[in-house]
Amino acid sequence: MSRSLAVPLSYAPAVEAPSARERLRRDLRVIADMIEPSARVLDIGCGDGELLAYLASEKGVDARGVELSQSGVNACVTQGLSVIQGDADRDLGAYPAGAFDVVVLSQTLQATRNPKLVLETLARIGRRAIVSFPNFGYWRVRLSLALRGRMPITPLLDHQWYDSPNIHLCTISDFVALCGEIGIRIERSVTLDRFGRPFALDPRGWLANLLAEQGVFVLTKGSE
Amino acid sequence: MNLPAAIEPSLLKRPDEDWPGHRLVVREPLPLDCGIDLGPFTIAYQTYGTLNADRSNAILICHALTGDQYVADPHPITRHPGWWSTMAGPRLVLDTDRYFLICANVLGGCMGTTGPKDIDLATGKPWALSFPVITVRDMVRAQKRLVEHLGIEQLFCVIGGSMGGMQVLEWAATYPDAVFAAVPVASAARHSAQNIAFHEVGRQAIMADPDWCGGDYLEAGRKPARGLAVARMAAHITYLSEAALHRKFGRNLQDRNTVTWGFDADFQVESYLRHQGSTFVDRFDANSYLYITRAMDYFDLAAEHGGALPAAFAGGKSRFCVISFTSDWLFPTSESRELVHALNAAAANVSFVEIETDKGHDAFLLHEPELFATLRGFLNGCAEHRGLPHD
Repeated sequence: MSRSLAVPLSYAPAVEAPSARERLRRDLRVIADMIEPSARVLDIGCGDGELLAYLASEKGVDARGVELSQSGVNACVTQGLSVIQGDADRDLGAYPAGAFDVVVLSQTLQATRNPKLVLETLARIGRRAIVSFPNFGYWRVRLSLALRGRMPITPLLDHQWYDSPNIHLCTISDFVALCGEIGIRIERSVTLDRFGRPFALDPRGWLANLLAEQGVFVLTKGSE
Repeated sequence: MNLPAAIEPSLLKRPDEDWPGHRLVVREPLPLDCGIDLGPFTIAYQTYGTLNADRSNAILICHALTGDQYVADPHPITRHPGWWSTMAGPRLVLDTDRYFLICANVLGGCMGTTGPKDIDLATGKPWALSFPVITVRDMVRAQKRLVEHLGIEQLFCVIGGSMGGMQVLEWAATYPDAVFAAVPVASAARHSAQNIAFHEVGRQAIMADPDWCGGDYLEAGRKPARGLAVARMAAHITYLSEAALHRKFGRNLQDRNTVTWGFDADFQVESYLRHQGSTFVDRFDANSYLYITRAMDYFDLAAEHGGALPAAFAGGKSRFCVISFTSDWLFPTSESRELVHALNAAAANVSFVEIETDKGHDAFLLHEPELFATLRGFLNGCAEHRGLPHD
């Protein structure tokens, strides 16, 4: 079946430019697919606005962002995106509860000073929060530390230990445990392999914690 | 103070009427925050570019403390280029090929809009200190009259730096439906204790000058030039950063190889400040300086809205772009950030950029490519949303 499908697909005109969705980074594509059209979205650590620009133009969302770097903010504002210069630790507190339909924190949680508080804030200001982060329990990371005895360097963790912004790395199991502890419900999760391809494994299981290079989680505030 | 509406127009003839630009005489009195009705009064303003058919491309530029309406053409006294001539003009950020720019001299000013140096028709003498104390909100109310006169229901953008930014915020808070986009640059939602303190130094310098004559120097045929110059010198230091002063002057001596063991302007920085002071008095009125600094001191947008800044912006639809500069210690980034947090709390649509520069508060007037790039992008995005031509 998959073979017969491969034939027409290979005839898909290679000269045709990839769609806006296909141009998105793999993990952002997974996140974008989780966001419904016309939603109010806050992307924290939005970089140069790749995800926001896609969501605004293709899904008509009300796109807002927070970004630390001046170059990133400028890149966003010059595209007409509404982005404030700030960070997740300091600049989320003022938003009222339920201000956004979706709050996105992609590849940023591990760089925050107080991830627990940030997660609680995300769950407060967004009806849903989508959080992605590199899994420190990924087998290549473990192997690198176990065999080489050096801090792991991978495509997702591409800094030396001394210049890394990633001050609060965690494994998928750690993350799941913290969510349970602070009453945040994991509505959905997707694990991604090292090519950014999604595969479905229960994040609570040991296998996901070993095989996933990163995880994408959809969170809601647990019932009170 | 309320005058009959049918005032003889020739009485409003002013010595500065041959300066270029437009004059609007507003006959209906303006109720001021201090409780007094002011009127009739004159608004002097400049426009650049062309208003489009549906009157949707107007940008109101709000000037700072010692600014004026001559944004993009030479100052009638100093002949210097307009204070924002790098920003406003054909194909510049405030593109006169696309937008209709308006800038009015503020109420209490001395460049054509009614202020303390003008004749009080009730007495036939200059207002001087009998001019009512005005607020930033009064300035904005006066501008609203002008905008209505021009037949503009909604401004595409209101933009300004420093006190101009205060007016921008007041516009967005008082007339939210009349403001599509708001750009406060190097500004704050209130004047800080430190800023009030600096203003007080300036005012005391003016009032300590014997030529001030209790405010009645015009009648006395005198001019408190020394006091006003000192006020300007002190204020000018606050517009720069330590790094910029050092870069510009260091400890360099002025036209000499050694110190003179006296109190001449030995240092370049002294000479520079003296020059700033002495040229300022040629173009600015001392009492206007008192009134406008006071208006800034009184500015506290949160206090105007029950003590909660987000309430000032509640329900508004304006799109904000807040800009601050890293080395600005007069209106530091922390003030802009507080404003941004309030806008967030009010669920406003806001962008915020802190621009890296060592030029201090004055950066908003200078060639600052990041500022231009940010504004260009923001305005372009807004133009798209407003259905105006954009890139």
